[in-house]
Amino acid sequence: MPEGTLCNKQPINTDEQLKLVLNDKGGKQYYAEMEQLDVDTEKLWNTIQKTMKSRLKTWLEICAHCGLCSESCFLYQVNGRKPEQVPSYKIQSTLGEIVKKKGQVSNEFMRHCMDVAWSWCTCCNRCGQFCPHGIDMGVMFSYLRGLLYSQGFVPWELKIGSGMHRVYRAQMDVTTEDWVETCEWMAEENEEEWPGLEIPVDKEGADIMYTCNAREPKHYPEDLAEAAILFHVAGENWTVPSEGWEQTSLSMFAGDWECCKDNVENVYAAIERLKPKRAIGTECGHAHRATVIEGPYWVGREDGQPPVPFMHYVEWLLEALETGKIKIDPAKRIKEPVTLQDSCNYVRNQGLKNVTRKIIEYIVEPGYFREMAPNKEYNYCCGGGGGFNGIGKYRPQRNVALLKKLQQIQDTGAKLVIAPCHNCWDAIRDLEEEYEIGIRWSFLKPLVINMMIVPDHLKPEE
Amino acid sequence: MYDLLTGPLLWLVFIVTFVGLIVRVVMYIRGLNWKLDRVAYRPHLGHGLKHAARSIVFFLIPFGTHSWRSRPLFTILFFAFHIGLLVTPIFLEAHNVMLEKSLGIRLPGLPAGVADMLAWTVVVGGLFMVLRRIAFSDVRILTTAYDYILIVISVAPFATGLIARYELGNYDFWLIAHILTGEIWLLALPFTKLSHVVLFFMSRMQLGMDYGIKRGGMKGTSMSW
Ligand code: SF4
Ligand code: SF4
Ligand code: SF4
Repeated sequence: MPEGTLCNKQPINTDEQLKLVLNDKGGKQYYAEMEQLDVDTEKLWNTIQKTMKSRLKTWLEICAHCGLCSESCFLYQVNGRKPEQVPSYKIQSTLGEIVKKKGQVSNEFMRHCMDVAWSWCTCCNRCGQFCPHGIDMGVMFSYLRGLLYSQGFVPWELKIGSGMHRVYRAQMDVTTEDWVETCEWMAEENEEEWPGLEIPVDKEGADIMYTCNAREPKHYPEDLAEAAILFHVAGENWTVPSEGWEQTSLSMFAGDWECCKDNVENVYAAIERLKPKRAIGTECGHAHRATVIEGPYWVGREDGQPPVPFMHYVEWLLEALETGKIKIDPAKRIKEPVTLQDSCNYVRNQGLKNVTRKIIEYIVEPGYFREMAPNKEYNYCCGGGGGFNGIGKYRPQRNVALLKKLQQIQDTGAKLVIAPCHNCWDAIRDLEEEYEIGIRWSFLKPLVINMMIVPDHLKPEE
Repeated sequence: MYDLLTGPLLWLVFIVTFVGLIVRVVMYIRGLNWKLDRVAYRPHLGHGLKHAARSIVFFLIPFGTHSWRSRPLFTILFFAFHIGLLVTPIFLEAHNVMLEKSLGIRLPGLPAGVADMLAWTVVVGGLFMVLRRIAFSDVRILTTAYDYILIVISVAPFATGLIARYELGNYDFWLIAHILTGEIWLLALPFTKLSHVVLFFMSRMQLGMDYGIKRGGMKGTSMSW
């Protein structure tokens, strides 16, 4: 069959189409249509010829089939060490086959590839650190996702996700008005406790332009308020843009590269418009990766850097602690065993491993911090990375994937997990819901707010 | 026969192999694409090269990386096999004699005992590589006939060389077999997966640059990978 009404090769570009796909609860019709979807084999092969360059080609060719990458993958470990979960096998039997067959593959095979690409790999890039040839399956899977997306073989939620970005320029239907209203609302809501608290929108030439994850205005506006409180106490001259405030990219998980470019251009346009000295993003790993680490390449910035220095929240927080802009009351430091989730997206992908540990030194009483094993750049994915968390079809597989993190957390004996990444935070929340091991989890912002020393002039009058 | 195999044919093989490998390196570099690879190779060449070198060096040191340390037995097997494969042919006394005859230069030769031991390492190592592929399900699923053929191609010159050296059977026959298998091995380098003799360096260099420029290097951390 040619294209379906819901499942097809066209990206979602209109609100109408978005609602149509969204209303198909659980993607029932969508997945049914997918079974009939034609593979445009010619286009597939053309794309591969144009975009598969040295490194991917070489990686597919020279993989020594040594199996050194098997143990490195948490999904291999938690799935009973099934040989099918060996990273090299996963990619060779999907992307490798498509290349070998010069794109001549069936609908059934493409659906199999979709399952593997989104539920057998979270693109966490851990295996790449173990392969003697430097073969990074995370990179290859993300490439495969792009190919699958362009052919319409993408999980329902991610088709919607990238559609949201295309229509609303946010991963959820938060419009400019919604966003600006939320900023005003949060400022008002907290004004009494924090006199003078502001969330300045579109202020030109501020020191900091703050961007966030659309889920914050949509579902946890208090996160936005907390950011405002911390900037306020730190005495920062900051602003949020009315447009270009959303820095996440479900399109990156979906493999919709065109949309990724659009997301980032939107944020960079805000930077060009408001001319801040620098930009700070929220506590979110993939948002940081999308806007700061990969984003410059999507929009074609040759130096690989955003237009102004762009920091992850943990970097700003450490700076605020080190410069004394924010002071911690030693009496209020965390005095219970606590552990830290290293987000692959800014630790393994940008090296911010020591930043969070230095923050820990400020906010945790010495002796209470417990490292996970392994940790830092060798940490395992939370279990829900790369979009895995949000895909209903793969919920059972995701729940199995959580087991590694569960075990890592339990091994530390900590009951509190600091997770400065939205997605990790979600995964750990789900982990507790699913397995009830009695843990709590937190972003950094609320922890710091509870233990910082508030200068008298910022306190409300009696 | 012997003269043909060690004369013009050998030269031809050398040239094809050498040129072939150079072509592979050049093609690799030309096929890098900063935009598609998402690595700003040029603007941050310094960072890139530093971490590229780091990446190569650490993977060349036994137990130098987390990865090597996580599999000690494999690491030993792997390094022994590769050292044998590379060192023996280059420094073997008999090869040196040939080299001197044709070009008038010679490299330091290996004492016979060491050369024997290295050759045995390759043969035994190859055997273990095969056994490992059969024994472990994670390696078995990856293994194809092609992998076995490559092991045979790599080990054959050593096996035949040892047989000739110990003069088991007909010396002339085994010598010719040794030369032929050696030449096949050389020819296989640029045209098969054995091209990893050069592409290992290219691929590691690329990932080293990726980490050096984007994934931590510019933030001041030297991650091992
Ligand atoms: S990128 Fe992560 S999840 Fe994917 S194969 Fe490698 S280790 Fe496994
Ligand atoms: S470690 Fe690398 S070379 Fe070995 S099987 Fe895995 S991907 Fe292939
Ligand atoms: S959710 Fe966190 S841990 Fe999981 S892949 Fe993303 S960044 Fe990594």
